[in-house]
Amino acid sequence: MKRFLTAFLFFVLLIAAWHWAFVRHIWSPVLVPSPESVVRYIWEITQDGTLWSCTAVTMKRLIAGYLIGLLAGVPLGFLTARVQALRDTVGVLALGLQGLPSVCWVPLALLWFGQTESAMLFVVVMGTLWSVILATETGVRNVNPIYIRAARTMGSSGVHTWVYVMLPASLPFIVSGMKQGWAFAWRSLMAAEIYVTILTGFGLGHLLHYGRELNAMEQVVAIMLVIVVIGLLADKILFSPFERFLHRRWGTEK
Amino acid sequence: MTPSNGLSAAPSAHLAIDGVSKWFETSRGRVQALDNVSLQVAEGEFVCLVGPSGCGKSTLLNMIAGLEMPGQGSVVAAGQPVRDPSRARMMMFQESALFPWLDAFGNVMFSLKRKPGLNDAERREVAEHYLKLVGLEKFMHASIHELSGGMKQRVALARALAPNPRVLLMDEPFAALDAMTREQLYGDLQRIWKQRKVTIVFVTHNVREAVSLGDRVILFSPHPGRIREEFVVNLPRPRDINSVEVAAHATRITRALKDHMEHGAGI
Repeated sequence: MKRFLTAFLFFVLLIAAWHWAFVRHIWSPVLVPSPESVVRYIWEITQDGTLWSCTAVTMKRLIAGYLIGLLAGVPLGFLTARVQALRDTVGVLALGLQGLPSVCWVPLALLWFGQTESAMLFVVVMGTLWSVILATETGVRNVNPIYIRAARTMGSSGVHTWVYVMLPASLPFIVSGMKQGWAFAWRSLMAAEIYVTILTGFGLGHLLHYGRELNAMEQVVAIMLVIVVIGLLADKILFSPFERFLHRRWGTEK
Repeated sequence: MTPSNGLSAAPSAHLAIDGVSKWFETSRGRVQALDNVSLQVAEGEFVCLVGPSGCGKSTLLNMIAGLEMPGQGSVVAAGQPVRDPSRARMMMFQESALFPWLDAFGNVMFSLKRKPGLNDAERREVAEHYLKLVGLEKFMHASIHELSGGMKQRVALARALAPNPRVLLMDEPFAALDAMTREQLYGDLQRIWKQRKVTIVFVTHNVREAVSLGDRVILFSPHPGRIREEFVVNLPRPRDINSVEVAAHATRITRALKDHMEHGAGI
């Protein structure tokens, strides 16, 4: 409760300072809109449904691409960890491409797929895939071999060992890879949406972009806020349950 | 205690290790871990393998478990050559090797879930039974990291016993525990061994521990691992590790161990 109050107080002060700066005309109102105008804008787009439709478009792209990245990345990570030849090939490729800022995929995606949903999906998958592969590989290679031996004496072998021993044993690494993959995917999707208009769906990035075109600063700030809030919610909804489980079981709670 | 008159086959031998040698490839070349080791263990017997590190006693245990194969010679359990791990021969390790993603109950269930011929309700019942047997009924749903070292080894013991193995293989299971906890576990292990009539092969470098637990103590010497001598321990049970009799036996075995080390074979 005390922590909540501290956080609450901090944000109230932050908004108060913002309001004060606006009232005192320290900067031009064109550059720094009032908190009220930002709230008013958010209210308007919730009323006319723009916020929901744009969020839906963006989240659909993000979740589809992210799931593809995960479903491909975890098995590939397992394979690169277990097969030397794959580690020397796919593993090295993943290491290299993970270092590539995922925005850099946007021009390539546009040339390959045009201004389409496929281009968006491709960018998100590329953002997710490599970090998930690398994290899974690290996780699997860090599994204590004694777990495997113990499992073998208990009659576990083959696929059973992979699913019931290797996978849970490498879960702490996989979850951190999932988080990193999510962050990369989110960033690259926003970049792609700001960069190009896709006729089949108007996302949050487009809304942000048109805010700039129209010189509507309250729109720019409002959409940035929405993006921040979605990021926080994703963290709480997607990853917190996993992390709580890991902390409780592995005893890594601080 | 008398040095027994040989390694001759007991008629009811449950484990028969015959002329086993084993080599490992290391960065410093080929190392022989075991040299022509033969050993018979009777059904229901408690045998301790003792020796300094590098004498191949853990390697031998792994071969009985089916986790490693002999380079030469044969390992036979209940009349069948050992080729794979089996639930008939369960293993306990120095680290508990419990799975941290499962609770205590889940760990015991893991060894039962792979056992055919039981339904889920029966499995649960068996798991609860063994956790009670090791005195952990209050900690069934505790996470592994919440348990003390001794409690972890109790869970590991329950997990190893649950599939009802004929043979229990124990690789220095108490080495990392404090003396008090260890003594408690000696008592529990002897009680459970007597109740369950399970065959135990117990590896340790602690001679007193071996004397207070084993029917026989097999002495190994290192580089390469060989059986040097065998001692039958005829003390009444339950034995107390601090008793004078145990100490006297231990002293003699330790002396023999030092002798072998000094007149060392190929050190």
